Amino acid sequence: MNDALYTRRRMVNNAMFALTAVCAAVASGTLLAILGYIAWQGASSLSWDFLTNLPKPLGEEGGGIANSIVGSAKVVGLAGLMAAPVGVLGGVYLAEYGRGRYAFAVRYAADVMNGVPSIVVGLFGYALIVQPMKRFSALSGSVALAIIMVPIVLRNTEEFLRLVPGTIREAALALGVPRWKVTLFVILPTAGRGILTGALLALARVAGETAPLIFTAFGNRFWDNGWLNPIATLPHTIFTYAISPYQDWHNQAWAAALILMIFVLLVNVTARVWLRPSSGTSH
Amino acid sequence: MDMMRPMPLPRMKEESEPQDAGAPIAMSVRDLRAGYGGAPVLNGVNLEIREKTVTAIIGPSGCGKSTLIRCLNRMHESIPGATCDGEILLGGRSALELDPVLLRREVGMVFQRPNPFPTMSISQNVAAGLVLNGVRDRALIAETVEKSLRRAALWDEVKDKLDAPGVGLSGGQQQRLCIARALAVEPRVLLLDEPCSALDPIATGRIEELLLQIKDQLTVVIVTHNMQQAARVSEYTVFMLMGEMVEYGLTRKMFTQPADKRTEDYITGRFG
Repeated sequence: MNDALYTRRRMVNNAMFALTAVCAAVASGTLLAILGYIAWQGASSLSWDFLTNLPKPLGEEGGGIANSIVGSAKVVGLAGLMAAPVGVLGGVYLAEYGRGRYAFAVRYAADVMNGVPSIVVGLFGYALIVQPMKRFSALSGSVALAIIMVPIVLRNTEEFLRLVPGTIREAALALGVPRWKVTLFVILPTAGRGILTGALLALARVAGETAPLIFTAFGNRFWDNGWLNPIATLPHTIFTYAISPYQDWHNQAWAAALILMIFVLLVNVTARVWLRPSSGTSH
Repeated sequence: MDMMRPMPLPRMKEESEPQDAGAPIAMSVRDLRAGYGGAPVLNGVNLEIREKTVTAIIGPSGCGKSTLIRCLNRMHESIPGATCDGEILLGGRSALELDPVLLRREVGMVFQRPNPFPTMSISQNVAAGLVLNGVRDRALIAETVEKSLRRAALWDEVKDKLDAPGVGLSGGQQQRLCIARALAVEPRVLLLDEPCSALDPIATGRIEELLLQIKDQLTVVIVTHNMQQAARVSEYTVFMLMGEMVEYGLTRKMFTQPADKRTEDYITGRFG
């Protein structure tokens, strides 16, 4: 045995191991740093009043972001209602029936859509809904967010359906069950948890989008009214407050960012705990 | 390794004597050709499967055994690019012209690996064929579940945990669950594609026993790699080689006096 060579190999091994560990620490440390900094900056302005009050008129201290919280829930909720059915059904098509050129085109389009800058989607929403209706609205914001969600949900649904073993499909078909019932009552429930998780993660992702809302939801310092009026949303309010010249607004932007981060984290953790393999679904 | 295990002798009891050549025919196959994307796998197979018997299909890997039985319930055509022509008759009707969904209710199938539905409980698995086809009568479903589990020799082991997930059972129990699931829709023919290849000898023995019991009520066709298994459970054996049926006849005869030299070579372990 060549001892010198062995020692050298062991040293290289240790060095590379340390390097990968440091890189892993940098990657996860970034998250902790962001969380910590936002919590540190935002916690001081956080209070019950902040969560339950409307913004105060300019020049007055205080006020809250209640309208932004409700607005975000409305806009993101409606976006989810629009995007989830389209994404899930499209994913079913791709996974169960999609062959040939059309399916290839759909898949390719979805992947390209995933990479389209969200400000472009915002402009699209503006041209599609705001201009013809001649008003900024919650609806247009939801449509913009839904456009971002659809390709994510679609591809995720397809992936999880493909994870269902072909033997399950065969077992159901061999019982003399029509294809559509196999898909709906056997395959979809088997992949259900993964599909739901993907939809939740997509929801969490668009909840933090600002750019698509600038030209659509527009923002509002008061309670919004229905779906066809400008509406305040958390990311947009953070944006507006952060670029303002007022220290009080800066503090509120930090606090609002903290709220948004907590919400996104909660959804993420919920979704991942949900996906955790229990009996059966995963292998 | 195989030699380490005691090999049960072929069972040839009086009651498992083949019926005479005039026994009714459950399915007949004429000049069946099948393949995948232009590559032929079956080159004209002719076969008559007798009612309420066990027919074993043996042969080396790639000889087309699985393709043959997958043609019988038209699972073959669910693979993209698969082709199949010739004639398959099920009780006088042309199987290739029937709606495959309806055909599969009469010709059930059990696969190589146990594949219970992962989201369903034991009883839901057994009832799946009925429930998915619109049966709502709870009493009928419960009755069918019990009857099917009894026929699959699984009832005593699972009767106290019918609501437990089907995938929680052992491999051999899962395979019997799959057999119960297939039996629940009352097929006339049950196809088994190497049902024991993933199971240990004890689980295999249980399945062989139950096959000998259920053949009183339906026709069984089993693909197997294991010649002892073919000898133990079947009355008729089909030997296939490279997409052709080399020999078909009474199991007892084929294993003692094969008519074809290739059958003899395969059975005595000279190849395959």
